[in-house]
Amino acid sequence: MINRNRLFSGGLIDRNILIKFKFNGKPLQGYQGDTLASALLANDIHLVGRSFKYHRPRGILTSGSEEPNALVQLGKGAETEPNARATEIELYDGLEASSQNCWPSVNHDIGALNNLFSRILPAGFYYKTFMWPPSMWMFYEYFIRRAAGLGEAPKEKNPSRYEQKFFYCDVTVVGAGVNGLTAALTAARAGASVLLVDEKPELGGYLLNAKSRINNLDTKKWIKDTVKELMALENVTVLNRTAATGYYDYNYVTALQKITNHLPNSLSKQPRERFWRIRSKEVILAQGAFERPLVFSGNDRPGIMMASSAQTYVNQYGVLPGNAVTLFTNNDHAYSVAVDLISKGAKVIIVDIRSNISEKIRKLCEQNKIETYISHAVIKTDGSKKISSITVQELSEDKQSFVGEAVTIGTDLLLMSGGWNPAVQLFSQSRGKLKYDDQISSFIPDVLVDNQAVIGSNNGDFNLKQSLMSSYEAGLGAAHRTGNKQEVENFINDANEPIEFITAEVVPYVLGSKPVTHGSKHFIDFQNDVTAADIFLAQREGYVSVEHTKRYTTTGMATDQGKTSNVNALALMSHIQQKPVGDVGHTTFRPPYVPQTFGAIAGRNVDQYFDPQRLTAIHEWHIDNGAVFEDVGQWKRPYFYPKKVETMTEAVNRECIAARASVGILDASTLGKIDIQGPDAAKFLNLIYTNAWSKLEIGACRYGLMCNEHGMVFDDGVTTRLGENHYHMTTTTGGAARVMSWLEEFLQTEWLDMKVYCTSVTEQWTVLSICGPNSRKLLASLTEDDISNEELPYMRMKEAKVCGVDARIFRISFTGELSFEINVSARYGRYVWDKVIEAGKKFNITPYGTETMHVLRAEKGFIIVGQDTDGSATPSDLNMDWIVSKKKEDFLGKRSFLRPDTAKNGRKQLVGLLINDKKTVVPEGSHIVEEVSKQPPMKMEGHITSSYFSPTLGHPIAMAMLKNGKARNGDLVKIPLMNGKVVEATVTENVFYDKAGARQND
Amino acid sequence: MKYSLLNLVRNAFSYHENWQEAWTNPGLKKEYDIIIVGGGGHGLGTAYYLAKQFGLKNIAVLEKGWIGGGNTGRNTTIIRSNYLWDESAALYNHAVNLWEGLSSELNYNVMFSQRGLFHLAHTVHDMQEITRRGYSNHLNGIDAEILNKEDVLKKIPFINGDGRYPIMGALLQRRGGTARHDAVAWGYARAAENLGVDIIQNCEVTGINITKGIVTGLETTRGSVKAKKVGLVPAGHSSVLANMAGFQLPINSVPLQALVSEPIKPVLDCVIMSNAVHVYVSQSDKGELVVGAGSDAYNSYSQRGSFDMIEHIMGPLVELFPIFSRLKMLRQWGGIVDVTPDRSPIIGKTPIENLFINCGWGTGGFKATPGSAHVFAETVATGEPSKIAAPFSIDRHYSGALVDEAAAAAVAH
Repeated sequence: MINRNRLFSGGLIDRNILIKFKFNGKPLQGYQGDTLASALLANDIHLVGRSFKYHRPRGILTSGSEEPNALVQLGKGAETEPNARATEIELYDGLEASSQNCWPSVNHDIGALNNLFSRILPAGFYYKTFMWPPSMWMFYEYFIRRAAGLGEAPKEKNPSRYEQKFFYCDVTVVGAGVNGLTAALTAARAGASVLLVDEKPELGGYLLNAKSRINNLDTKKWIKDTVKELMALENVTVLNRTAATGYYDYNYVTALQKITNHLPNSLSKQPRERFWRIRSKEVILAQGAFERPLVFSGNDRPGIMMASSAQTYVNQYGVLPGNAVTLFTNNDHAYSVAVDLISKGAKVIIVDIRSNISEKIRKLCEQNKIETYISHAVIKTDGSKKISSITVQELSEDKQSFVGEAVTIGTDLLLMSGGWNPAVQLFSQSRGKLKYDDQISSFIPDVLVDNQAVIGSNNGDFNLKQSLMSSYEAGLGAAHRTGNKQEVENFINDANEPIEFITAEVVPYVLGSKPVTHGSKHFIDFQNDVTAADIFLAQREGYVSVEHTKRYTTTGMATDQGKTSNVNALALMSHIQQKPVGDVGHTTFRPPYVPQTFGAIAGRNVDQYFDPQRLTAIHEWHIDNGAVFEDVGQWKRPYFYPKKVETMTEAVNRECIAARASVGILDASTLGKIDIQGPDAAKFLNLIYTNAWSKLEIGACRYGLMCNEHGMVFDDGVTTRLGENHYHMTTTTGGAARVMSWLEEFLQTEWLDMKVYCTSVTEQWTVLSICGPNSRKLLASLTEDDISNEELPYMRMKEAKVCGVDARIFRISFTGELSFEINVSARYGRYVWDKVIEAGKKFNITPYGTETMHVLRAEKGFIIVGQDTDGSATPSDLNMDWIVSKKKEDFLGKRSFLRPDTAKNGRKQLVGLLINDKKTVVPEGSHIVEEVSKQPPMKMEGHITSSYFSPTLGHPIAMAMLKNGKARNGDLVKIPLMNGKVVEATVTENVFYDKAGARQND
Repeated sequence: MKYSLLNLVRNAFSYHENWQEAWTNPGLKKEYDIIIVGGGGHGLGTAYYLAKQFGLKNIAVLEKGWIGGGNTGRNTTIIRSNYLWDESAALYNHAVNLWEGLSSELNYNVMFSQRGLFHLAHTVHDMQEITRRGYSNHLNGIDAEILNKEDVLKKIPFINGDGRYPIMGALLQRRGGTARHDAVAWGYARAAENLGVDIIQNCEVTGINITKGIVTGLETTRGSVKAKKVGLVPAGHSSVLANMAGFQLPINSVPLQALVSEPIKPVLDCVIMSNAVHVYVSQSDKGELVVGAGSDAYNSYSQRGSFDMIEHIMGPLVELFPIFSRLKMLRQWGGIVDVTPDRSPIIGKTPIENLFINCGWGTGGFKATPGSAHVFAETVATGEPSKIAAPFSIDRHYSGALVDEAAAAAVAH
């Protein structure tokens, strides 16, 4: 036998497939079907990790997702995963895992010094110290941070892929134990579409490992048959290795399925995990229950395990984790574990805290030659890296003191069973209400939300036959309510377990050799090292609300979210506060049920799919011609087109001069475009824009400003009347979606009677903007239509053919030059662009990017909404009173213009600035101050919104929002820079070039 | 008993059995001079400063549930003061100044950790925004550094500088950071009670008694109580309380969510905020990554948001930090935020005499806690808004003198 603790036969492992793995660098072997935990136990390795706070040696407590102790760093490099639960890691060839939160090794951990100082590190100690001197906090914190944390994050990008899936069905069953299987099969036979999920690799749940019988069959056989039938049904989807993680409103369940992360080569073509979003009409929860630890002194050493988990290791994995076994219990059910272990050759002693045991149990012990210590308690444990002995002593009748002598017993495996806690986490997430059940001493579901059921031990129902009957009913009910009315005969005739779990009295804590608060370590939350003494301290200090106790002591806040600790903590609080557990209450159960991979939630919304890139039809040309791009919203726009050795400044200067001297061309396709139609379109525009639209002629263009409810400018653009009830609106590139939503919001929520229809057509059109004195000549060479100033004057639109393609030519200008915006269907965009470039060669046509566009428009004093405005500027602040209608009865923002602060004089207003030294380009965002002082603070009176070197004028220009700017023409202002330099500038109008507008209007 | 290392050691000898209650649970008296409604950080802090700074006695804080159970205990603990507008800068910087001495002041370690806060810039527009804000902060005497891409990559290991929206730079406030949120409520509660303030938990206000336009007392689930002055600080339910007093607030209440990862060894030593990629993240002292998600599109008083907001934060998080992808979400939760039209709070008088309100902190109230409490205490004590609080009166929603941080693109978190 390769493994010291491996049994010769039995279990669901495949002894023909040997698996090699490494733990802490040591080569080890296990079998197919092992978990890392079972394989470690088979190799007699109990010390797996160190606890969070005291760095105490810890082993394997459980066999499932509730494991608080056995967390490991799984895998290496980019594929490493911290805090993986050894109890859930399926063994695969080449697996490498190591202990975490320890240095230099799990055997010799410097951090264990914390354990020596534990007397001064009670719950919340950090709130009471590290305050002197105040400046030292971050120094202390540095060490606190390094001591905290568990495993380590990978240091490279995650190479794995994650998929997502939406799923809809009649009935979702969570948990494929015998009750879940019964409910799923019943619902499926009734005709419902059923989804059955279970977090384990194998279906069947806890009873895979127990000697129970259903319909006179061994449970394993019954499970096998049932699973086989379910798998064969077309209306059933069965997902193993799939943990239901969240349960939200309206039966929305999320689940995480492991696809390849239990396989040797996780970089196969398959995803690592799949994230399921499930919406079903009915949800049946059958998640079972967690065995409850007992709170006694030294209950955390490696080699101390839940009784049911030991049973799982023996029966499912063929591993006997110890030979001299002590079982510490307060209930009958655990005795069946003792019987199982004895049948595999272990010697078992039972310590039972109860004063009496039943005749049936006594006989069972006699038959199996089990030595029992009734009315005794384990008061102490010993063994530094693994348990070596325990001390037991008899309790008095009232359990408040000892009688008799303490006895020390050598033991290498201490099992504990304090009863069972139904796994109510998901139910509670769904907002179902819980109540405390005195018989099982735990919380069970009480008030259901609609369309759900909770069955089996998940519902606190531990009688096998009864619970199976209820599961049948639940499955049938769910099927019927979802309209699947086929009759299904009850197929559960009989069922029994050797020893049923009926009752367990929760023990707040077990008396120890030292008083509970006197340095004796009765652990409640194993991972976070919360002891009974900590709970006492929290109550003493007034943190008596469950939420305060939780947050102050951190109980239940570890990666297991209190699956093993919550009820014990509440029972102890109830004991201290002298009120029923139900009145103490419980904390909110928060999703996810088990920790859930970030990458899986992100799914494919990463890398190139993180956020779509929007590209124009001309994009490839821009790349071929050396464009540098900038992100504007989701768009990639050419920023400038540097020639070989040009700097950005040189490129922009060249582009600016070329556009003013001959012809420049800009890809303006990204401008937002909204097609507006309907009999009320003009009325609608009148309300949306500040100016009047009723009299706009067909074929005419008009510039408009949109204000929000506060009267502040929030977008602008040119809108053209295409027909009687048909308009073409343009918006800023970045604001297009916002404007579209804005229009729809008003149409859908405020002006319901208006007949107006808005359609985003941004991507339907390619827009070639040509500008410059030769632009008409260029365009004329490409069209046979008349585009003369008489036929197509400034601010008019004409439908024409350009390069043989249907086009709308808008005579509008954002540069101050003679300019044509040629709109063609996007599918012809590149064709026309190429033709224009070709024909433009004789005019030295120069493509220019957004930066040149910004410079050209700034020379003309045109604003960019979002750069020169910030949501706090009115049209008047921008010197644009002319665009605000005085006659219109109403429009968005009008009311706010009358508000005293909005109407007052001396607001920040748009001005131009000429930098006095004619050299310095001040940073956009720098501020004008009233008076320069050596040190801040300085009183600010404005800020620079736009600032460029103007190649046309040969000196820098800037625009600024300045207090009372309209009245300050000619004033000298000062702009202190961060580097200490002070720039002086003179206030001027914000139009720097061609004030009369002759160039654009010609 | 004073909290100190010495006393911690001393108490270790008596097995920590002699520590006093941090605060008690007194009964509700018949009458108080001042009642603060809402036992979060802002409310408890208000009571503390009323007692400490203004020497007032006979003060109660009424809390519907358990203190610190609202947004104080649900936020991502980010603290900064690098706001654009002078009014906001003054308010939040007042808070940061108080944060810096708060642990000593309260004798309770609130773990204010000035680990530095980076606002990332990913576009030319972002750069303009952080430059403007950086200059404004600098001239207001608030520390601000404008960093280029190289600086950012050097200072933040593992960040992806070349993603969909490459990092162009960042605005760094070194005085920004995080604090232990629960400790703020607990520290104020303990310090306030030491000065005689009654902290009444499990006491929900069900009505506000007003006679001739003057507040006279409250109806609660624990009976009626008279009060000469009342301060409302009920984040998440401000409109409900205002409604009881017969006036309306310009507030929308929406769920806002956050989440933490499992604890890991230190990997992120500062606070990261990115508007363009839309994520904010820091790592707690316990080792958990604390990640803020967005707020729901629909109004709700349910302290639970819709899951798609969590989904929407994951792409950005993994985009910015590809090494986080294999880490796991441990817990997610939600709180209710009261959002005003200009994303700035409302502090000051109400239409009812002697009834004051402090609300509307939206998604960013935690950072302001001491400052908010301090200026509100002055407002309640003197009956007139303090200098710093004055611009945040409810009147600005009538006058138009908004302090519009949202419009200025420095959306507050």
